Amino acid sequence: MPIPKSVVRLLPFIALWMLVTLVLTFSLDAKSAEKDGTLAEASALLVKKFDDKARAVALLVESAHPRTEEILSLIQEGELYYRKDDDRLFKIPVAETGAQAVDLLDASALTIEKTRDFKKVTLNNLMRGQIGLALAEIGLKSEDPAQREAAVRKLLGELSDESVAVLRKRIGAEPVAAVRDLIQVALAVNDLRNGDEAARLQAVERVEGSLEPPVRTALTQVAESDVSPVVKQKAQLALNGIDEQIRLYGMVETLYFGISLGSVLVLAGIGLAITFGVMGVINMAHGELIMLGAYTTYVVQQLMPNHLGASILVAIPAAFMVSALVGVAIERGVIRFLYGRPLETLLATFGISLILQQAVRSVFSPLNRSVSTPEWMSGMVEINPVLSLTLSRLYIILFCLLVFVALVMVLKRTPLGLQVRAVSQNRAMARAMGVRSKWVDAMTFGLGSGVAGVAGVALSQLTNVGPNLGQAYIIDSFMVVVFGGVGNLWGTLVAGLSLGIANKVLEPWAGAVLAKILVLVFIILFIQKRPRGLFPQRGRAAEG
Amino acid sequence: MKTKASKSAVIGTLSALALAVSMNVAVAAEDTIKVGILHSLSGTMAISETTLKDTMLMLIEEQNKKGGLLGKQLEAVVVDPASNWPLFAEKARELISKNGVDAIFGAWTSVSRKSVLPVVEELDSIMFYPVQYEGEESSKNVFYTGAAPNQQAVPAVDYLMNDLGVERWVLAGTDYVYPRTTNKILEAYLKAKGVAAEDIMINYTPFGHSDWQSIVSDIKKFGAEGKKTAVVSTINGDANVPFYKELGSQGVAAGDIPVVAFSVGEEELSGIDTAPLVGHLAAWNYFMSVDSETNDSFIDGWHAYTKDDKRVSNDPMEAHYIGFNMWVEAVKKAGTTDPAAVQESIIGVAVPNLTGGYSTMMPNHHITKPVMIGEIQDDGQFEVVWQTSGTVAGDAWSDYLEGSKDIISDWRAPLSCGNYNTKTAKCSGQNF
Repeated sequence: MPIPKSVVRLLPFIALWMLVTLVLTFSLDAKSAEKDGTLAEASALLVKKFDDKARAVALLVESAHPRTEEILSLIQEGELYYRKDDDRLFKIPVAETGAQAVDLLDASALTIEKTRDFKKVTLNNLMRGQIGLALAEIGLKSEDPAQREAAVRKLLGELSDESVAVLRKRIGAEPVAAVRDLIQVALAVNDLRNGDEAARLQAVERVEGSLEPPVRTALTQVAESDVSPVVKQKAQLALNGIDEQIRLYGMVETLYFGISLGSVLVLAGIGLAITFGVMGVINMAHGELIMLGAYTTYVVQQLMPNHLGASILVAIPAAFMVSALVGVAIERGVIRFLYGRPLETLLATFGISLILQQAVRSVFSPLNRSVSTPEWMSGMVEINPVLSLTLSRLYIILFCLLVFVALVMVLKRTPLGLQVRAVSQNRAMARAMGVRSKWVDAMTFGLGSGVAGVAGVALSQLTNVGPNLGQAYIIDSFMVVVFGGVGNLWGTLVAGLSLGIANKVLEPWAGAVLAKILVLVFIILFIQKRPRGLFPQRGRAAEG
Repeated sequence: MKTKASKSAVIGTLSALALAVSMNVAVAAEDTIKVGILHSLSGTMAISETTLKDTMLMLIEEQNKKGGLLGKQLEAVVVDPASNWPLFAEKARELISKNGVDAIFGAWTSVSRKSVLPVVEELDSIMFYPVQYEGEESSKNVFYTGAAPNQQAVPAVDYLMNDLGVERWVLAGTDYVYPRTTNKILEAYLKAKGVAAEDIMINYTPFGHSDWQSIVSDIKKFGAEGKKTAVVSTINGDANVPFYKELGSQGVAAGDIPVVAFSVGEEELSGIDTAPLVGHLAAWNYFMSVDSETNDSFIDGWHAYTKDDKRVSNDPMEAHYIGFNMWVEAVKKAGTTDPAAVQESIIGVAVPNLTGGYSTMMPNHHITKPVMIGEIQDDGQFEVVWQTSGTVAGDAWSDYLEGSKDIISDWRAPLSCGNYNTKTAKCSGQNF
């Protein structure tokens, strides 16, 4: 190795230190002279390198250089690299062979030949916080109102004296009402901590109804320990109002969580509602059909790595086809010989589920596969500071409803649906009318399996894509179908959603483990009372 | 023990023929030293344990290339306990009495180890256990090469408290023995450090829990009350992926509420998109990103062996590396593979670990290791942000729990006891 280890370890620090000195002096010529000076200083300072880097960042912020914001954002985004040979700093958005590296000082671009030539300027959590605050302070002056709002929110409760001054000046000139309100709240929080009695009293009135977490913290402090009883009382009142609101939004949130869990249960169970509900086949491999759908998503994503957003849409029909084909194969190969013998079907399909699991282990390795979430599905919609809805969950709820509607349409409005219903209601009569019942069996099983595959696409966004994926959902699926009433899609929908909500309502006070047990116990008792579930089939079909 | 060893050797050679048919194991020449590998290759734990089987096969192959041991070649005997705890005991018995192995490397979960324990004790063999665990155990026949709580959990909490200024704590874990015991130790430790009871939130979830919405939302609320909050996670296995995904989608950034995990390593991260998780922490005794020459050559060997240069290495792999080399050294020192002799000779053996130092087998059958805290990076690797200045010796019996404070373990003569109470000066004879 040409360079001693100790020097290599110094490099990131030296690089940043140099950057600071370089930007400060802003002279390219001084580079070599600076280098020697800082090297000596750096080795003296190297006790914990992150401390030194933090100091360098502080210096950079203090310098108030025009490029400070750019450099800090680059570090934060992890796009700042240095070349190992000469410590020059580069902006590298994507670190891979053939990508572009832009020299930070003279903006010249070059192509990366070996990624190992460059090393990232790393940072730790403390520095991340430091840079975040520094960027927020800079962001206060930004042109973009959204950025200003984000900056004020970030600084809320942590305002420095300079920022207070900046905000006081800004507030008159602020054109956007929402940002103005937020600035007032921020200043009020500052007053609650540092103002005199009149200012505190006014501040309490100002923050009334604000749901920002720092407001609540500041009010709690005032309500507990303010010297003035008037302020104390007012603060307590304001606090009660806020708590009332938080409780209300908490309930909305629980409901959302419940619906979202419910929609996952419905998605997992709805395929089974067809194979088990309509055909009466106890298919223990149902979970593995879901798993195949999730793996299909993974494969599709591998095939089109540059179109993550579209890959998930391509994966939906692909997963349907893969799982449906496997389903048809299972039906033709095994299940059709076992109709009317539920116990043997159960054992055979359990065997198939083990075979499928081990097959996936052999093909894809037993490790989980990483399926990325496309840009348009990540993040959340913030309704207010205490209630935000995660986007991926929102899409899954919508997707679940879509799948449900599509399936109801297929069963009610297509010739296949008619034949499926006919066969399930009275096989002999349907055959007498010329329905090819064996073909219908295979198609029905394929449809149910395909829908399981589609559920796998949704689950790949929430959980592990691994060989055990299916096992985690098989029990839940049966639970939903049995609870909803065998042979009834609406029952599955209602059962899934209500079980999801029940689970989430119980969870906060019973804990996740107990909540699950309570729900199971409830279902057992319910089935004792109504063995045919929520929506039992009536008439002759019930006998079938 | 001599008679038993020779007898089992005869049975071993006989069964080697049967093995060749029934299992995919290379049958070597007449006289070999057999090493048992007891890791699940199917079922839930296959995800973690298959890698360890491969690691052992690689280590054995490398040792054979170096000329084997005591002039003989090593032969791996691989069995599959299929993530089935009672089957671990059966397979261990099969390995020792039928196949005549001289040492077993295996198990992952604590319950599988507890299942094997009576078997190795009864047959007086030895087993190397490579995973971090809850402590409160020291068997004459087991060598614990993973971290005890004082080598992982306690230093991690120290780091959060002193370096990040954390004042409120969420202890989240999967509902079984390792998280329960570790959290009990951590709770006692935090309270001893002056943390109030209302600043500690403890949460348990079932195995494979997949819907983390309410828990993550609770954590967010718990952390929004003005004091710096951190999550100490003993969440196990597959449940981690949905947990981290939910953290990401609910926007819990490491800068606000850092999560430090004890069961999440490089391998678990390889199944997640880590971009939203950058900055969350893990505490281990080894990270793949550690810059040392032994580590570089270990990783090169691993990539060559698996023919896949994207395969990651992780902490339990290092534990097997250390354990295997310790066993090799101990066998050389004793001049025999007889388990009873190796049990004696291995104490005090020091071998290089992968982080650039040495690990030593202590008299309590635990080893010395450095403790490191790493931050998750967007490439699925960890960046070390803190580490102990030297190595830390594993403590079998925690100093923070009532009932285990006064207990020590020392397997050297004359004490030879895994559960010795220093107050009553008695050896209970119960090692777990």
